Amino acid sequence: MKKFMAFVKKEFQHIFRDYRTLIILFGLPAAQILIFGYAVRTDLTNAGIAVLDNAHDVVSAELITRINASEFFHIKYFLNTYDEIDPAFKKGKIKAVIIFPDDFAERLTREGNATVSIIADGSEGNNANLVTGYTTAILNDYSAGLTKQLTSAMPVIVPEVRMYFNPNLQSHFMFIPGIITLILILISALMTSVTIVREKEFGTMEVLLVSPLKPWQIILGKVAPYFFLSLVNVIVILLMAWFVFDLPVKGSISLLIAECMLYILLGLSIGILISASVEKIMNAIFISALGLMLPTLLLSGFIFPIENMPKIYDYVSLFLPPRWFVEIMRSIMIKGAGFMYVWKGTLILAAMTLFFMLLSARKFKVRLEEGGK
Amino acid sequence: MEREKVIEVKDLVKKFGSFVANDHLTFDVYKGEIFGFLGANGAGKTTAIRILCGLSRPTSGKVLVAGFDANHPEEIKKRIGYMSQRFSLYNDLTVKDNIELYGGIYGMTMKEIRPRTERLLAKLSFNQYGDTLIGSLPPGIKQKLAFAVAVFHDPEIVFLDEPTSGVDPITRRQFWEMIYETASRGITVFVTTHYMDEAEYCDRVTIMNEGMIVALDTPSALREKYNASSIEELFLKIARQKTETA
Repeated sequence: MKKFMAFVKKEFQHIFRDYRTLIILFGLPAAQILIFGYAVRTDLTNAGIAVLDNAHDVVSAELITRINASEFFHIKYFLNTYDEIDPAFKKGKIKAVIIFPDDFAERLTREGNATVSIIADGSEGNNANLVTGYTTAILNDYSAGLTKQLTSAMPVIVPEVRMYFNPNLQSHFMFIPGIITLILILISALMTSVTIVREKEFGTMEVLLVSPLKPWQIILGKVAPYFFLSLVNVIVILLMAWFVFDLPVKGSISLLIAECMLYILLGLSIGILISASVEKIMNAIFISALGLMLPTLLLSGFIFPIENMPKIYDYVSLFLPPRWFVEIMRSIMIKGAGFMYVWKGTLILAAMTLFFMLLSARKFKVRLEEGGK
Repeated sequence: MEREKVIEVKDLVKKFGSFVANDHLTFDVYKGEIFGFLGANGAGKTTAIRILCGLSRPTSGKVLVAGFDANHPEEIKKRIGYMSQRFSLYNDLTVKDNIELYGGIYGMTMKEIRPRTERLLAKLSFNQYGDTLIGSLPPGIKQKLAFAVAVFHDPEIVFLDEPTSGVDPITRRQFWEMIYETASRGITVFVTTHYMDEAEYCDRVTIMNEGMIVALDTPSALREKYNASSIEELFLKIARQKTETA
């Protein structure tokens, strides 16, 4: 045990003496949170739109004021004819055009049913969805008020769009779990594979293997500090989410931490497997970065919703740990779900962890017996 | 006089698939001697040393190191020191950190490590380097430190795998002085080298070729037997014989 502690101490010395590692460890999560939180917004503020008001009546005027007053939109042009729509879009300054028909107020009061056309810029699919969603919400809001005034049950505009867990469609609600997923796989898999391969590349692994330390102690000693640092990172990210973005964890914190621990273990075992398979640090970095980061970014549902992907990617993502972990994190953090709701994902992650651990243990054993070179 | 054997090897065979890396090696090493292992690259030196260090298991034959069978490497590992041909200290740790690390993984307490570190640094007159990062030291000093660290825990045997490759002649000389000093403390030194002149410094020399031991004796006895003026000449003679018979 004492031998083991001496070894773990050395691993911490490595980490704390190398300020670059420290920057990656703690600077990266903070930077990513700020970038994703402020720069890469997938929600909408102050989107430019145009209005073609053929009605010029009280109701259309009221609606236009409401739309303009909302924080989501900002009316750039008032158009007079349909011909102006196309050039307005081509100038690229607007995301949508809202069109009121000429007998708008009249129809509304007489028939209780009027149409507002929304033409959105489909080249930005996500924005188009948001624009139509928000506009519909404003219209609904208005008609709901109208209904109350008239005390008659007259639904004026029918479609009801409601965001259940994220009523304001704030994107950072969705990305914090993704950031945790990305950071954890990065630190646990990338950093451990690099630190183990470094011992091989520099020849110190041989000396360690000749020492009384057992091979599993060497591996455990190398990964233990990263397990600890990953946990510290999770806490830092959660605190930032809370204080910077006002996103407290809705569910149980201990369940959240436990799930993170499981995911860190999974990352560590993947890192060990990578380190058993390559000889050079650069290879370890490439495999970890391309093999782990890209799927995490693209196929986990972190940025692009899995529901919108072709079915084949949906099936592929079932084999990727980040997909399950993102889902678990979202359930716990945003929906406040308990273990009953995340047990399936947890079980799958646990099985994957076991699989990678056994595989890497086997791989290491084979290498040692073959001569370890 | 019966001398104490610290390594006993009898009919050691190591095969990798159909390739025979070690072909029936038999030799004994005595306590406190400097035992040289010579041979060209690929002669099977490294394979043999890996088995003796407990890194690899023999295919067949008997191997006893410090009284323990090679199939129980844990016991062997506690009693040996090892220095590889590649530099084995951590560049990003200080001299003292490195010593504490290796002392620690061989089970020494900080109470034992501290005073011994002071004495070691004083003896090498490296006092001023205690808190220096290894990476910023000149190669000669690094090499000497690596050796000092390999015998820091007072092993029964220290294995040196081509310890002087890529080192300047002056450092090599100083290095051999350290080896002599270590052997005089009763630590057996098992050294592989491909510098033929270094073989002259050993008490006994083994010459390996194609996985087999072709000669084993004191340097002077070997020179006499093969009528060679130096080990280098002797080595060339043996190699030539081999190719002629082959």
